[in-house]
Amino acid sequence: MVKSLPKLLIVVAFGMLTAASAQAQTTLPFEIHGNFQIDAQYYLEDSTIGAPVVPEKILSNGFGNLNFTRGNFNAGIRYESYLNPLLGFDTRYKGSGITYRYATYTVDNLEVTLGNFYEQFGSGLIFRSYEERGLGIDNAMDGIRLKYNPWNGVYFKAFIAQQRTYFDKAGLVRGFDGEVALMDLIKSLEKSKTKITIGGGVVSKYQADQNDLYKLPENVLAFATRMRLTRGNFSLNSEYAYKYNDPSLINATASYPKGIYKPGQALYLNGAYSKKGLGISLSAKYIDNMSFRSDRDATGNDLNLSFLPALTKQQTYRLATLYPYATQPNGEVGFQGELFYNFKKGTSLGGEYGTNIALNYSRANGLDTTNTNDEMGYESKFFGIGDSKYFEEFNVEVQKKINKDLKLVVTYIYTLYDKGVIQGLGENYSTIYSHIGIAEIQYKINKTNSVRVELQHLYTKQDHQSWAMGLIEYSISPNWFFAVFDEYNYGNEIVANRIHYPNVSMGYNRGANRISMGYGKQREGLLCVGGVCRNVPASNGFSISVTSSF
Amino acid sequence: MKKNVVSLILISFLTISTLYAQDKTAKTGIPSVNIKALDGSVISTDQLENDGKPIILSFWATWCKPCVNELSAINEVYSDWQKETGVKLVAMSIDDARTIPSVAPFINGKGWEYEVYLDPNGDFKRAMNVNMVPHTFLLNGKREVVDQHTSFAPGDEDKLFEKVKKVAAGQPLD
Repeated sequence: MVKSLPKLLIVVAFGMLTAASAQAQTTLPFEIHGNFQIDAQYYLEDSTIGAPVVPEKILSNGFGNLNFTRGNFNAGIRYESYLNPLLGFDTRYKGSGITYRYATYTVDNLEVTLGNFYEQFGSGLIFRSYEERGLGIDNAMDGIRLKYNPWNGVYFKAFIAQQRTYFDKAGLVRGFDGEVALMDLIKSLEKSKTKITIGGGVVSKYQADQNDLYKLPENVLAFATRMRLTRGNFSLNSEYAYKYNDPSLINATASYPKGIYKPGQALYLNGAYSKKGLGISLSAKYIDNMSFRSDRDATGNDLNLSFLPALTKQQTYRLATLYPYATQPNGEVGFQGELFYNFKKGTSLGGEYGTNIALNYSRANGLDTTNTNDEMGYESKFFGIGDSKYFEEFNVEVQKKINKDLKLVVTYIYTLYDKGVIQGLGENYSTIYSHIGIAEIQYKINKTNSVRVELQHLYTKQDHQSWAMGLIEYSISPNWFFAVFDEYNYGNEIVANRIHYPNVSMGYNRGANRISMGYGKQREGLLCVGGVCRNVPASNGFSISVTSSF
Repeated sequence: MKKNVVSLILISFLTISTLYAQDKTAKTGIPSVNIKALDGSVISTDQLENDGKPIILSFWATWCKPCVNELSAINEVYSDWQKETGVKLVAMSIDDARTIPSVAPFINGKGWEYEVYLDPNGDFKRAMNVNMVPHTFLLNGKREVVDQHTSFAPGDEDKLFEKVKKVAAGQPLD
């Protein structure tokens, strides 16, 4: 992106500089804000845990944002620096430069953005441009975007742009989306208890066909429609997406190495009911051949246009992140049910302070398909559930306040995990069945000091067998924390692999600044946020992280 | 040449930042960004109001344990805080499409009384320069940011309330 630095930015920067110099003695003509983060690690060699040798010894990822605002005008830049990227991040990030710069203004309900932007249509089935810096995901768009709000409750968005890939950009993407909130647009519905929002969008991408053997579609269109209905304590959400033929490396087969020509479909449904003390949510989703990227040859987390998150609970306890599900964009049917309930104070189960429970069940199966042995690849029954179960999970979490200072959280998790399918490793991996038990104790010693203890155990006969984990965290409000934890693969069948992964860390917070450092061993594993994962190799060493915002 | 241009721009921005950093008394309002209410309607952050009384703006997510601990801790004393200072807590969820359907059931299951909004693609989060959650801002009656902190440890809620009381009384924070 540095290569094609536009004149726009130079003009904006100089304009601001001039304005700033001219008025520095009085007050600035605009507000300036920003944030900064750097994560660095010193790597030690450690063959026992399979940590790769790092010739540079020290690796780091850093970025800083600066945003300028004046009335209806905004502009900003982000500088990123990977010298060199931390283990687990794509090496194509190596280098430094300005990766994001934009200028936006709004006049009479029309918002114009020049330069980079993030955007999402509906829940993102056909289009979501976003950043997840901790995972190294940033598929920001670079081009022009318009947003228009002509009447109350009516919103239009349109853009034409390229997409970021590391320090470069690729593709050519056009999109339009409209949304109408009926209760805001139509006067007579304003007081109605039923609130309905409908919307729809189209996204089209262009990529030249430079292949002599196959006739690849150069323009690929996808569209989606959605509706949200709420009435009192009920809500209903639905979204349907369709993608025209889009052969790609992701849906390629042995006979069609450039991809199959079958169109893609997705349907997402959610119903929820909640009132004070009770919440229920039921979801279903169907995904068939829905990987949609601005480059047909992109893989991994690169150049995604569609956002297809896993319909499973987002786990946060360390051992519960050992087997995380990742959506299978080529095809899956998933279900999830959740229940949140609060037993009131003074009832037999509620006790003196009330008891909080959360249940979650989710599963994902393959599709019910028949191979057609032609360029379409296969036929699938709409919402047909295939026999192969990729993932199943049941969670129960109980939170109980014992007294004013002591709180207890107990969790049980059952997981079925088809490692071969989910991690794309092939058929030589057996399905993993695991049972996890976790107890967390939070104790407030006095107004500033508190201690938190986690005891975790994972039982499985497959993969690397059983694990245990213990953590003690001591916090001094509002500035300090100290933590020690150890993960231990004590059940490994291979005695030499019964490894401890000890860690110590501490941190200092003050206002919007935070410095933390740690020393220890990290196991290899998938790091997931929002259903997108990256594989982090094992490492041993010293790490430091600084974040700041102003 | 390209490198020179980049350096030049960086220097310009740095100069501006330095100049501005000297002006410590400047307070800043919250940027105008569209967010979503739980019923699906679009709301502008300009509409976040509390009749001239303080607002606690807390960025959180259903999957963020320290965030939930912070909001749970405040919830236990929230009605007292409201009675004493008129403060309002706005819980700004950064949950994305994966966990948004759980936000309303989650809040109700916890019995929280907060005003809750969604920032599904991080537009408001970016505009407020939030790196990670929890990140909590304290706004005065003019909707200007007067204090902010990241992370949560038990006891932090008491320190926050001391500040809320000062802001509600129109006193400066040190």
